[in-house]
This record gives sequence, C-alpha cells and structure tokens, in this order.
Amino acid sequence: MIEGILIGLKTALSFQNLMMVMIGCFAGTIIGMLPGLGPMTAIALMIPITYGFDPATGLILMAGVYYGAVFGGSTSSILINAPGVPGTVATAFDGYPMAQQGKAGKALAIAAYSSFAGGTISAIFLLIAAPSLSKVSLSFRSPDYFGLMILGLTAVAAFSSKGNFLKAMMMCVLGLMLASVGQDTLSDIPRFTFNTMNLSDGISFVLVVMATFAMSEALTIIIKGNDPSKAAKQISLTDLGSIKVNKEETKQMAATIPRSSILGFIIGVLPGAGATIASFLAYGMERNFVKNEEKEKFGKGSVQGLSAPETANNAACSGSFVPLLTLGIPGSGTTAVMLGALLGFGIQPGPRLYETNPDIFWSVIMSMYIGMVVLLILNLPLIPYIARILAVPRTFLIPMILFFSVTGIYLMSFNNFDIFLMIGIAVVATILRLYDFPMPPLILAFVLGGLMEENLRRSLLISDGSWSFLWNRPLTVCIMIAILLIVCWQIYTSIKSKK
Amino acid sequence: MKINSVKIISLLFFILSAFYLYTAHQIQVFAFDENAPFNAKTFPIYLGYAGMFFSGLKIVLPDQKPIKVDPTNLEFKKTILLVFTMIVYGATILKVGFFLSTSLFLVFSYYFLGERRWKYIIIFSFPFVAIFMYLLHGVLAVYLRDPLLKYIGIMG
Repeated sequence: MIEGILIGLKTALSFQNLMMVMIGCFAGTIIGMLPGLGPMTAIALMIPITYGFDPATGLILMAGVYYGAVFGGSTSSILINAPGVPGTVATAFDGYPMAQQGKAGKALAIAAYSSFAGGTISAIFLLIAAPSLSKVSLSFRSPDYFGLMILGLTAVAAFSSKGNFLKAMMMCVLGLMLASVGQDTLSDIPRFTFNTMNLSDGISFVLVVMATFAMSEALTIIIKGNDPSKAAKQISLTDLGSIKVNKEETKQMAATIPRSSILGFIIGVLPGAGATIASFLAYGMERNFVKNEEKEKFGKGSVQGLSAPETANNAACSGSFVPLLTLGIPGSGTTAVMLGALLGFGIQPGPRLYETNPDIFWSVIMSMYIGMVVLLILNLPLIPYIARILAVPRTFLIPMILFFSVTGIYLMSFNNFDIFLMIGIAVVATILRLYDFPMPPLILAFVLGGLMEENLRRSLLISDGSWSFLWNRPLTVCIMIAILLIVCWQIYTSIKSKK
Repeated sequence: MKINSVKIISLLFFILSAFYLYTAHQIQVFAFDENAPFNAKTFPIYLGYAGMFFSGLKIVLPDQKPIKVDPTNLEFKKTILLVFTMIVYGATILKVGFFLSTSLFLVFSYYFLGERRWKYIIIFSFPFVAIFMYLLHGVLAVYLRDPLLKYIGIMG
C-alpha cells in the first residue's frame, strides 16, 4: 500500500497534474456556484477536454471539478439561498441566515474548513477501504455483478427522486434503451440503427450527458424564466465580512466534523445515497447531538448546523468513489459520468484496476487530498471575487453553456447528425425535467447498459438459459434481498403517504 | 383515473417501449444463435417488457404527488427560438465554418434572450470565438474545420 501511495503521490504531484487539480477545482467552483448547474454538468462540460490528456490526468481534472462544484454549490447556498447542487440544500439552512446577519465571510470560511476536514478524513478512509474492498470484490462473479448493477439502479431510482420511484425506473429503462443502440458487442449485429451509419457505433456517452445535463439545464432555466443573477443582485457581493473563525466556533466545529465525516463517508459508499442524503442526515444527527440551547440556534445561523452538512457532503463525495474504483459500479450520477469517461479512455474500473493501473487508482485517491488543500488555499481568499460570477446575467450564461455543449460534440465527431441528435435528446430531457422525471438514473443506466448486458449474457450462458443464477450463490441472494427490500420500502412509503 | 401531463408522458413511453419491443423482435440474429440462451435480441426484449411494465404502472396507479406546470408561466417563445438557433448552428457549422457560425449563434442567442448591450454582444461573440479558436487550434493543436477562414487564408 505504501508503494501505491508513493506512486499516486508521484503522479498527482507532477506539474501537469497539480495544474489540473487547480484548474478543476477553480472551474468546478465557478460552474457549481451557478444555481441549476451541478457537478454532473461541470464534469460533462470537461469530458471533451479530458480526452486530450492521459487517463490519470483526465480523471484528476474531473475529480477536481467534482470537489470544486460541491464547494461552489455551498457558496451560492450561503450567499443567495439558491443551492447550486442538491447536496448543499442543507447548507443554506444555517449558512444563509448567517450571511443575512452580515457574517457571510465567516459562513463561507466555516463551510470551507468543514469541507476540507470532511474531504480529508474521508480520503483517508478511502485510502484504507478501497484496496481491501478491491480484494474482496475479486470473488464477485457475473451473476453478482448483474445483481449489483440492478441494486445500483434501484437504489438510485429510490433515493434520487423521493416519491417518484416509477418515474425514476422509467428513466432507468430509457437509459438502458439508449445504451442498446448500435452494434451488439459480441456478434456485431446492428440494433436499432434504422439503417443509418450514424447510429452503428451507438450513441456517444458524452452526447447523452451533455444533452441531458448541460443543455437541458440551460433550456430549463430559459423555459422556467429563472434568472440566477436576480438573487445575487439583492446582496452585496463585494463586502462579505471577515473570514476569521474564533476559538469558540473552532471548538464547535471540532466536535461536529469527525462524526459528520464518518456518517458522510458511509452514506457515500452506499449506492444511490450520495451527498444530498448525507448532508440532510448529518444535519439531523447534529441537531440531536447538541445541547438544547444550541438546538434553538439551528436554522438561525448555527455554526454546527452549517458545519455538519458541509462536512458530510464532501465526505460522501469521497465515499462515492469506493464502489466506482473497487467494483467498477458507480453509486451516483456523478460517478456514473466519471465511469463513462474512464470507459472512453479504454479503462475498465473494478477490482483489477488496483493491479493493472495502480498509477490511476492511487493518483486519483491522492489527488483528492491535494484537491482539498487547493480548495482551501486557493478558493477561500478568492471567494469575494469568484462570488461576483453569481451576477453574470443569464443572457450571456445560457448561450455560453449551449456553445460549449455543441462545440464539445462537434470536436469529437465533426458530424451534424450528432449535433441534431443531442438537440433532440436535450429537448425531450427538458420536457421530462419539467414534470420531475429525474435524469441521474438515466445516465447511470446508460453507462451500465453495456456492462449489464455482458454480465447477464455470461450468467445466462453459464446457467444454460435458466434464471436460477439469481439464487445459486449466497452473495447473489444477499444482493437480490437488498433489491427486494428497497422495492418493498418504496411500496410501503407510497401506501403510507396516501393514508 | 385523472388524465394529466405525467400520464400522457407515461402513455407515450408505453408506446415507445412497445415499438422498441417490436423492433427488438425484428433484430436478425445468426441462424446458429437463434435458440441460444442469450443472443443480440434477448436483452432488448427484456427492456421492452420492463419499459411497458413501469410506464403501464405509472398510467394505472394514482399520482402520489401531481405536478402542476402552468403553461402561461413558461417562456416557450424564447426556448423555441433558442432551439431553432441551435439547429441552424448545427446545420451550418461544417459548411460555413466554426468561426462565423459560432459567432453568429452567440450573437443571435444573446439577442433572443433579451440582451441589447451591443458592446458586450460583440465582445462575447467574434473576439471571444477567435480567442477560443486560437487556444484550441493554435495552442492545443485541436483540428477545427473552417472552410471560410481557409478560403481567406487565415487558417491552414
């Protein structure tokens, strides 16, 4: 492990990769800060750029963007009460009241320190957990993988859209349908290509991500008539107050950070849960832990109320890398985008990544820690300046997002058909978004589609066409029970909510 | 059963899944693969049934949280104009070239979204695209097809 850490440090600390972490954190902060644009959009916009680099550098850039976007989301939550990402909604509960009291600088500093601590502690957990889990996951067989993928999709569908389980499952199926377009991987038989050569290679992953996130986010902002810069105009972005945190506040944070980090990391590892659930749970847990007099301050600018969700959402980000790096199965929409990008590099994440590409495995883990340091020392002093980006009017912001999306696809294929297909998917995605059909399950299913079919093929061939492979191995049975529990829980909650 | 937009979308999804299932059955597999436990059409067939199952349930079951979208609050005109601009941009980018088509796309998009400060419209279109092209083509050596700039001798 020490050798691996050193390999990772060597790769992550190279000049090019350090620059990538910095650029990633900076770009992520800016994009994540804009309400409506989250880490998935930020990463999607970066994918065409990463293909110009080697896989380790590309992944380091994307990891930097991920952390930066989560941090940027907290900034807009605190300053304008408009969370850039769902994972920072709980941050606004106490961050915004603190900003209203003239302590915006302090709130941003608390958020930055908590994010740093949460991210660092969970990066250490990841350092310990990932290699051990990699060894365990070597015993996984095709039926287990197939079961795990179903579990991942079911969990994401269950958690990503409260009360919209069926809608999320429909999006999963749509994602799998889109993934099935093109030649069959084994027999090369064309499927759903409608005799056009443009579809014979299938639909590009970057195209689907750009269309369902970057482009449809932009179109949703326009059709709903939202203007993210309006809220920013109501507060002074030039005078945010002091960023100093006093002894009493440091003491309060010191008590909150360890427990929120552990909770955030565990939630992050679970498929489908992620930063949003982690931050809400941490907020709720913290409220139960504090004394009654402190409890009264929750929702009115409590230091612990701000520190807990910020620590947990960053810890969950690191945690979500565990299933991606060790099993090759993403636990969230954002890591699904990263998996897609890795597959584009010709790298298959999974238990063998630890042995076959140790430089990538370890450099990503090490770059997470470096990313945390960069976020703290680069972004904190620059926040008063970066915050002014919140005032960029949508008249300029939206065309820029659309331009980067179209250019990204154009540079990859030089093909009009792909641009038209992307616009078509974006329009459909915008309509679906209006009626609360979630997009993360679609992306996760699109990325997992090929792997899922491959594992089902192997399982059915081994069992000679019988579905008994689902209950032949104890591990597969456990996974199937977990899936059943999630489905039953969804049915139970829907019946309960009707009463 | 109340008919609302979500139900209509679910119905469309049901029809799409049925069409997908029909097309899946039409996939021509090799003769020796026809009775294999798994062939090129097995997975799509399962997907077609899954799509019909979930959308069917969504149509039949009552809505837990009905979504109300008031069409009068939606900015259809701007959105349609923007989508149309993107389609024209996509159609012209190869023939007219990256520089002119992108710059014009940005100018029209800013204008359609309500921007009237021409100084900023110009700065964030033609010079912005020129710098972007220089970074991509000149610095990162990413190929950008531009027949117009090639014709007037700016690009090689």
